[in-house]
Amino acid sequence: MRVLVTGASGLLGAATANAIASRGHEIVVFQRRASGLPFDEVRGEILDSEALTRALVGVDGVVHLAAKVSITGSRSEFESVNVEGTRQLLQSAKAAGVRSFVHVSSPSVAHDGMPIIGAGALPANPQTARGVYAVTKAQAELRALAEDEPDFAVVAIRPHLVWGPGDEQLIGRIIARARVGRLFLIDHGVALIDTTYVDNAASALAAAVERVAEPTVHGRAFVVTNGEPRTVAELLTEITRAAGLPAPKRSVPFGAAYRAGQLAERAWGSRGAEPPLTRFLVEQLATAHWFDQRQTCAALAWAPDVSLATGFERLTNWYQRG
Amino acid sequence: MNQVESAALPPADLLDLDPTWSRLVVALDHSGRSCTWHLLDSFAQRPGDIARLTLLCVHGNPTWSYLWRRLVRMAPADVRVVAVDQLEMGFSERTGTHRRLASRVADLSGLTERLGITGPVVTVAHDWGGPISLGWALEHLPQLVGIVLLNTAVHQPPGARAPALIRLARSGPLLALNTVRTTAFLRGTTALSGSKMTKQTAKAFRAPYQTPGRRVAIGAFVADIPLEPDHPSADTLNLIANGLAKFGQVPMLLLWGPGDPVFSDLYLGDLMMRAPHADVHRYEGARHLVSEDDDRVFPDLLRWVSGLSAGERSNLQPVVALPAEQVHGTRLWDGLREAAEQGPTSTAIVEMSGAGRRVSWRQLADTVDKLAAGLHASGINPGDRVALLIPPGADLIAVVYACWRIGAGVVIADAGLGVNGMRRAIRGAAPDHVIGISRGLALARTLRIPGLRLSVKGLAAIARIGAPLPPEPAPSATAVIVFTSGATGPAKGVVYQQAQVAGTRDVLRRHYAITPSDAIVAAFAPWAVFGPTLGVASVIPDMDVTKPRTLQAVALAEATAAVDGTLLWASPAALTNVIATAGVLSTTQRQSFKSLRLVLAAGAPVPLQLLEQVKELVPNADVRTPYGMTEVLPVSESTLAEIRAAAGGNGVLVGSPVSGVKIAISALDDQGRPVGPLSTEVEVTGEICVQAAHMRDRYDRLWATNAMAGRDIGWHRTGDIGHLDASGRLWVEGRLAHLIVTAAGPVTPVGVEQQVQQLPFVRLAAAVGIGPIGNQQVIVIITTCDKTTKGLLDVERTQLVRAQVMGIHIAAVLVRDELPVDIRHNSKIDRAALSVWADGILAGHR
Repeated sequence: MRVLVTGASGLLGAATANAIASRGHEIVVFQRRASGLPFDEVRGEILDSEALTRALVGVDGVVHLAAKVSITGSRSEFESVNVEGTRQLLQSAKAAGVRSFVHVSSPSVAHDGMPIIGAGALPANPQTARGVYAVTKAQAELRALAEDEPDFAVVAIRPHLVWGPGDEQLIGRIIARARVGRLFLIDHGVALIDTTYVDNAASALAAAVERVAEPTVHGRAFVVTNGEPRTVAELLTEITRAAGLPAPKRSVPFGAAYRAGQLAERAWGSRGAEPPLTRFLVEQLATAHWFDQRQTCAALAWAPDVSLATGFERLTNWYQRG
Repeated sequence: MNQVESAALPPADLLDLDPTWSRLVVALDHSGRSCTWHLLDSFAQRPGDIARLTLLCVHGNPTWSYLWRRLVRMAPADVRVVAVDQLEMGFSERTGTHRRLASRVADLSGLTERLGITGPVVTVAHDWGGPISLGWALEHLPQLVGIVLLNTAVHQPPGARAPALIRLARSGPLLALNTVRTTAFLRGTTALSGSKMTKQTAKAFRAPYQTPGRRVAIGAFVADIPLEPDHPSADTLNLIANGLAKFGQVPMLLLWGPGDPVFSDLYLGDLMMRAPHADVHRYEGARHLVSEDDDRVFPDLLRWVSGLSAGERSNLQPVVALPAEQVHGTRLWDGLREAAEQGPTSTAIVEMSGAGRRVSWRQLADTVDKLAAGLHASGINPGDRVALLIPPGADLIAVVYACWRIGAGVVIADAGLGVNGMRRAIRGAAPDHVIGISRGLALARTLRIPGLRLSVKGLAAIARIGAPLPPEPAPSATAVIVFTSGATGPAKGVVYQQAQVAGTRDVLRRHYAITPSDAIVAAFAPWAVFGPTLGVASVIPDMDVTKPRTLQAVALAEATAAVDGTLLWASPAALTNVIATAGVLSTTQRQSFKSLRLVLAAGAPVPLQLLEQVKELVPNADVRTPYGMTEVLPVSESTLAEIRAAAGGNGVLVGSPVSGVKIAISALDDQGRPVGPLSTEVEVTGEICVQAAHMRDRYDRLWATNAMAGRDIGWHRTGDIGHLDASGRLWVEGRLAHLIVTAAGPVTPVGVEQQVQQLPFVRLAAAVGIGPIGNQQVIVIITTCDKTTKGLLDVERTQLVRAQVMGIHIAAVLVRDELPVDIRHNSKIDRAALSVWADGILAGHR
């Protein structure tokens, strides 16, 4: 089958394209910049219907990763890429006769800020989602699932905190702060959280491409993680240790960190720059969120096969190679 | 103010209430007038279906059918639940009529006739719904298949004050003010359910009683309680109360919230006296609205009902088939009589505390007979229950045997339950009499024990009464009610018949080859009571029995020397302190341990290191660890050599079954439920099940617990988890209640803890689960040998812990100063409390 992967220039996008290809499928990638991947490639904006139509020629399935994930940006930018972009792609894919659609979402679409302790994939809720990224991703997921129908199977996959060698989103930011000695824990980093090593997220998406038409799969949302929750303190220690840096020792109370996030959002926001800390980030780092992915494993006939320990080993090797 | 208002449907937004259950039904009342009832009917949407049986549910005052909403929801498809709002109450019609008890019975009959309920019925009622439902039941005996009552009354028990709340509510002008003009009574009732009820639920309970006009019947109901003999409803209530005898063998279930300030345990006792065949379950901690306070009430009720209709009710009763030789074997007091004949002046009991009292066999036998006669003459009858609040010693032993000789059961709540636990346990067993030291009697003061309240100081006078001995009781007479340690929930009363205590004695005698030349050093309280029936002298060391870990090596040596003790039974906590204080022993004191031939360390898991140290102190003794529980003891046993060889296994080796005991395992499913058939397959983890002639008869007033623990006929489910090895030996892996059920399946805690405790920096470890059952994470909590900061363990050592326990994901390791343990054994870790604690920390900011 021929599969279109959008957003393939990112860490997860590239890994996913490779994972699908390794299962014997033909790949076409679609993004703004050159991906450097050995696949057919169409470059363009996600709202460019003409470019999309070219990319969708002969395509049977779509994996939609392209999204605006950064912390900064205006609400309209997020809406345009995440909500409108998804709507545009759904429309073009249907028109092109695509049969299956894997929408890559985020557990934050159902996170209202309270601890998540072993819960499964709750319905996306733009009213309670925290931050403009989560709100627009919630809208996009609802939109995508609403298009699910017999000839056009849609599934939403929500990998949680994807990381791996070369990751600039999570690992890159942590290391950058650690290098300048400004990485600290909130409330001693006691919150237990799930993360996902990139290869596990990619294999889950590849499995979803093949299983999306199954009655237990289409029309639903699934959380994907490593299934090994760890405390924030342990995760940050492992990540900094992989880069050969000292582990964070200082801890600030939640209230102080939250106020600092608020101030930073104002100060940096007014300059249009990315603030080093946001309220959303403080909440994420101080609140438990670990999940129940038993249904995911059963429905996708999938299980994570790279353990956290192996993942951190690979991260260490990557930093050592420089 | 007698307002008239037609019936209506409840608002659609009441919590848990499905509007499709509601019906309005017109029926003739007692006076022949048409009245409209509101009721909940689980068959409302399928009127043509025929029910296997109908639960007819009657609420009390001032609730309404909302009380039964969860029963309606839970009932199986072939059981119809009809829960009425009584006329003038709930959402039924306000006709302006003052309805008395007799009228209400007739009103209900009119309704069931109108509904065409002609098949089998189980009546279910709460509070003052009780007499009404029983009145209905008396008039419908042919179709009555069962009676269920929740906190109710049919009679003011003799000696009972009428409940103060009601008397106050009834007093003259206060009645209307309390019940009708204000919502005081209404609010009081929902408040009676304790702290559990949510605002939304309380609001739903009050929904039909929003205006004084709608509350008129609440006042009328209170006024209709016949506290006086000349009350207009007194005769009807008497008729119903006395009519209980007519129910004969109609199965009855009493579900009780003991914390009810209105219908206290006294009323439960009254109902049990009138219906001795009734099944009873007391939900410790629940109050007046028992079904609101404890989520198990309706599931238990439905399980009882399902047993009824399947004709398999007896399956839910634990049946212990006693081998004939035990029923006809020697009685509990025979051993001490024989000893008195053979060596009248030899020592039976030595107390090491105080003056060091020494009692001969003749003195003991005489005292027991005289006390039995005197106590019987003073009002202790066969079948009575006598709470004993006397520390272990000659007095306790004499009173126990005297009660047994009468045929009275002794209630022994040991100090290891803590003061509140003791009080709760004794209240739960509803003793008829109490005998105690002054501190014990003070503790029992608030318990309203109806019969004798006797100080041990008065025993001498009782023994001088000189009455004839009562006839010997049957071997099936209740011998003792003892209590579980309460490490996993409130302590449960465990009932033994005399034949079962004799069975335990015979197992001990046979298994340990006990002869009259032995002498028992009873550092573990129950041992002391077995001495006389075994015909063996016993010594009680000088120790505070409430604190086993205070037993000093010197005290133990002196006790052993006093009788040339051969058998020592002590708890691990006591032995730990003996080892810790052994340094001060003189050579002579050390020598005294040489007479010991057997040391039993029991009551909780025993560390190997402790056993080795004990062995060093008592070189001639065989050191063993029996395994058992309050419900059956001993079950199995392992020797020091076996335990030495067992290091590294999954769990604690507790050894091979003692003779006469069968052990089987009920395997766990992937949700951690012990659903497998009883099996002796090796290396299968599941609930440990035991069969033995010397096991308990039943749990006391805990019908559902009996049904669960005894669901395999003749077997006791222990609530412990473990497996059998290829040599048929048993390994304990933890408590069922402490099982961790992960996405990869169940994980038992003990094996994990043992492996973690191998690490040099770990003193003690506990493994607990957090998160939803079936998707739990394993968290390890440790105490350390150094001054490690409390909270999260550092990453380096966390990874050492993880590496130590291969094959199991450990999400986090937390450090504490100490682990919470039970009072009795000072060693059973409260993993449930630790789980809540760990969950609170690892949730992060809320």
